Amino acid sequence: MAAIRISALKTAKAGEIIELKALIRHKMETGFRRGSRGEAIPRDIITHFVCLYNGEAVFEADFFPSVAANPFLIFYTRATESGTLEFRWTDQHGTVSSQTANISVES
Amino acid sequence: MKPEQPSTDIDRRAFLVGGMGLAVASFLPLSTKAAPADMQAAVKELFGDRPLQEGGVTITIPPIAENGYSVPLTIDVDSPMTPEDYVKKIAVFSPRNPIPNLVQFTLGPRTGLARVSTRIRLAGTQKILVVAEMSDGTLKSAAAETMVTVAACIIG
Amino acid sequence: MRHFRWPLIGLLLGALSACGEEPASDSVRETGLAPDTIVSGYAFLTPETQSEQDDDFLNPANLWVDEGGKLFLSETGVSAACASCHGEGDMRLDGAATRYPTIDHASGELVNLEGRINLCRTRHQQADPLEYESEPLLSLTTYVASLSRGQAISTALSTDEQVFYEVGKTYFNTRRGQFNLSCRECHDLNWGKQLRGDTISQGHSNGFPAYRLEWQTLGSLHRRFRDCDAGIRAEPRTYGSADYLALELYLRVRAQGLPMETPAIRR
Repeated sequence: MAAIRISALKTAKAGEIIELKALIRHKMETGFRRGSRGEAIPRDIITHFVCLYNGEAVFEADFFPSVAANPFLIFYTRATESGTLEFRWTDQHGTVSSQTANISVES
Repeated sequence: MKPEQPSTDIDRRAFLVGGMGLAVASFLPLSTKAAPADMQAAVKELFGDRPLQEGGVTITIPPIAENGYSVPLTIDVDSPMTPEDYVKKIAVFSPRNPIPNLVQFTLGPRTGLARVSTRIRLAGTQKILVVAEMSDGTLKSAAAETMVTVAACIIG
Repeated sequence: MRHFRWPLIGLLLGALSACGEEPASDSVRETGLAPDTIVSGYAFLTPETQSEQDDDFLNPANLWVDEGGKLFLSETGVSAACASCHGEGDMRLDGAATRYPTIDHASGELVNLEGRINLCRTRHQQADPLEYESEPLLSLTTYVASLSRGQAISTALSTDEQVFYEVGKTYFNTRRGQFNLSCRECHDLNWGKQLRGDTISQGHSNGFPAYRLEWQTLGSLHRRFRDCDAGIRAEPRTYGSADYLALELYLRVRAQGLPMETPAIRR
């Protein structure tokens, strides 16, 4: 599985807007580059990202070849209940990489 | 002194051949550069004929990009992000990259704050377009220009 | 002429002559940069890239630091992990990277950090050496170097290191390649000026292994040297070659105590 870094607050108050960060190691090969002998290098990219909060999608991103290598996202969500945040990336081959963070929400 | 055997990643003869091939290829009218028309077509494909209203969208992008391979981008859309009034989708388009769609984000009332940051690749100086679709179907948009310069030493 | 050359004449001849130019100065420690003008490559980055480097999360090079940290803790070969020796007390590696390249006393060879990691693997861990530019070696090197972040690069030069220093200094000051440029032409004499869209830096090594935007990944200093040589259309040396090791030593001393920034972001 690719190297991943995620950042999420461990505790939050109910209703608080929290910042989430996600970074994953991936070449994001565009498919437009050529090798040293002029050969085309095939596309190989992550195509989708989703953040699931206790199983419900709260943020999604569709990546195209123009997303920089080692894709990085900062986004937000409202802290509603305690549970698990899952950060999930899917590449064009359907391979999934994911990491979770637990969050404890005080009312 | 005999030079060491060159390794595969910089094979000098191959580099020259590849480099010449690249130089020739850059003059051919290949579909590796999008035109503003392609960008308009991509906006239409995603959002139909709805008019784009300027305002309510702020793009933060450096005026001069350090390197076209990694340009930091932050988008802010004015919205209370309540179940009655929220941002559904944010799409970023390019008039110059080989594919006009750069990245798309799907938000919802739970998102809380309609702000996203990421890093994109830009194939040259251009004005990117950001379109935000609101929950009531209206489209807000903004555009921002950034200069992408050529690196000092080009080694292919 | 060989042993006595005034800096002014040397500069003039340097500007006019072909390959094989000798260094302009006699003094062992004198480099082409005045001490009060030394500045890191960081200073030549845009504010956005600088804040990216400073942000522990945003800096993509930290993905390699994370991996390196895991490798440092995991068992390798038939022996214990790096951390089993280097985890505590005197053997901790904080500050260790500032001293490299240096002479390995057992062999008398000049080694850089990558070389030292491999010597540890073969001598103490019964493990195979890692290949240059392989992900594990990049990760370990970046992790160990990151333990010295913020610390001044050592300017120490022992007697047995001096011969390597001279080789490195000669390499730095020798014109080469189709463009007939030496490192000195750009990085001593024209730093701060524009070369196409870039501002020429002083060419310090204090951020390496670094995440280079042009590579879209993290790479070693020798990879950067190879790009420099290719950039002036000279034959790049191999990774870990004697020339590059000597050049790395020269750069260490030339940095005159610049703090280490590994892992840095560079263009």
